[in-house]
Amino acid sequence: MTDNLVRTPLYDEHLALGARMVDFAGFDMPVQYSGIIEEHLATRSSVGIFDVSHMAEFRVAGPGCYQFLQGMLTNDISLINETGKAQYTLMLNDDGHIIDDLIVYNTGFEYLIIANASNREKDWNWLWSHKPDDVDMVDETERTGLIAVQGPEAKRIMQELCGQDWVAPERFTLVPATIDGRISCLVARTGYTGEDGFELIVHAEDLVTVWRVLLSFNEVSPVGLGARDTLRLEMGYHLYGNDMDETRDPISAGLGWVCPKAKAEDYTGRAVVENMRAVGPKERLVHLLLEGKGVPRHGMDVLKDGEVVGIVGSGSHSPSLQKGIATAYVPADYAEPGTKLDIQIRKNVVPAVVVKPPFYKH
Amino acid sequence: MEFLKDRKYSSDHEWIVVEGDEATIGITEYAQDALGEVVYVDLPSEGDTFEAGDTFGEVESVKSVSELFMPVSGEIIAINDALDDAPETINDDPYENGWMIRITMSDPEELKNLLEADEYAATLD
Repeated sequence: MTDNLVRTPLYDEHLALGARMVDFAGFDMPVQYSGIIEEHLATRSSVGIFDVSHMAEFRVAGPGCYQFLQGMLTNDISLINETGKAQYTLMLNDDGHIIDDLIVYNTGFEYLIIANASNREKDWNWLWSHKPDDVDMVDETERTGLIAVQGPEAKRIMQELCGQDWVAPERFTLVPATIDGRISCLVARTGYTGEDGFELIVHAEDLVTVWRVLLSFNEVSPVGLGARDTLRLEMGYHLYGNDMDETRDPISAGLGWVCPKAKAEDYTGRAVVENMRAVGPKERLVHLLLEGKGVPRHGMDVLKDGEVVGIVGSGSHSPSLQKGIATAYVPADYAEPGTKLDIQIRKNVVPAVVVKPPFYKH
Repeated sequence: MEFLKDRKYSSDHEWIVVEGDEATIGITEYAQDALGEVVYVDLPSEGDTFEAGDTFGEVESVKSVSELFMPVSGEIIAINDALDDAPETINDDPYENGWMIRITMSDPEELKNLLEADEYAATLD
């Protein structure tokens, strides 16, 4: 055990709930409580709550912040000009490769960026080194707690917690809320599970109270990072480090939709993206459904007629489908849905078929 | 955690119940708990032979995969086919319905190298 892992404000709550803790991006995080499959299915059928306070939050403000972020991020921030709007976006390096995937919220007077915990320092340094003098940036990660409330019953529970007069935000929108009549926070209709749900941006010192109030509902189960991963993979959502990194561009990764052609401003990496869109990438990220038994894992070889042609990005057992599911980078010729490929799972060659995401359909 | 006294244990977390020259093998309560919900088991075929310490299969949970090791040498005479469709039986009932393989031992003397229940439990502290 290493002693220098960072703890979120909910660390003691996780231990009290019997969580199994793991090192995730330098944080001591719950991977599971009752069991990954049970937590996964609880989120799909009722409500799961997730401590995602390890994720990084940066506030970007100042007169130049709009122009700055338009130049740094692939998506078009003019599309979130209204206060409370949120957007999924990418940050690219000069080669057009992916530094991180982010959510940007327009809070009205500034932008709030939520970044992957593992990329906090890298993202900060990249943004800071490009920042003009009329932009201010603050790293709010330690002061900010984040709880995801996800599942078909999430709306009803949030309504009960925030009062009947509270109007829940639309999808990809952020609104202020008062939890249990006493705790001010921001509530976004976003998530990483494929279920209807919310993400609660809470002051670090209020996090334990909010967590406990949520758990006081019988319908609510605590869910760890294990099920967070299986839930997102069933939807085909990307995970940085598995499905994209600084060797992959957005078009190969299937994220061209986050790089709108109609955006007026130039951004770092745009020339590479537009060129890749025009000529077509050599490799594409595909979604593979296992036809045989076994569990695909990150880094396993993908075969076509016995020859290695690709590599697994994300792989897991799907609790909803009870089958192995994976993403993989393969030659663009093999990216069509219906294409038969194989995955080398240690000594077994297991057949798989390219499918259109999501794996799990509601 | 429960460790039955009717059987012996390996430090690799397998148990073995002996009846004459034959023996039944599975994984312990501790092993199934550490692994989490089992979603896949890869077992050998009848007639395969292994030395003590050989890998005879794999057991996989959502998050991890573990190899299965032969506590003693022998030939596979039966495998638990039911685990193919219901691998979670290993979590629910590791000592009875969650058994994995039945073997004919080639050298029952090797049983002396294995641990009693209390000795095995002591290795887990």
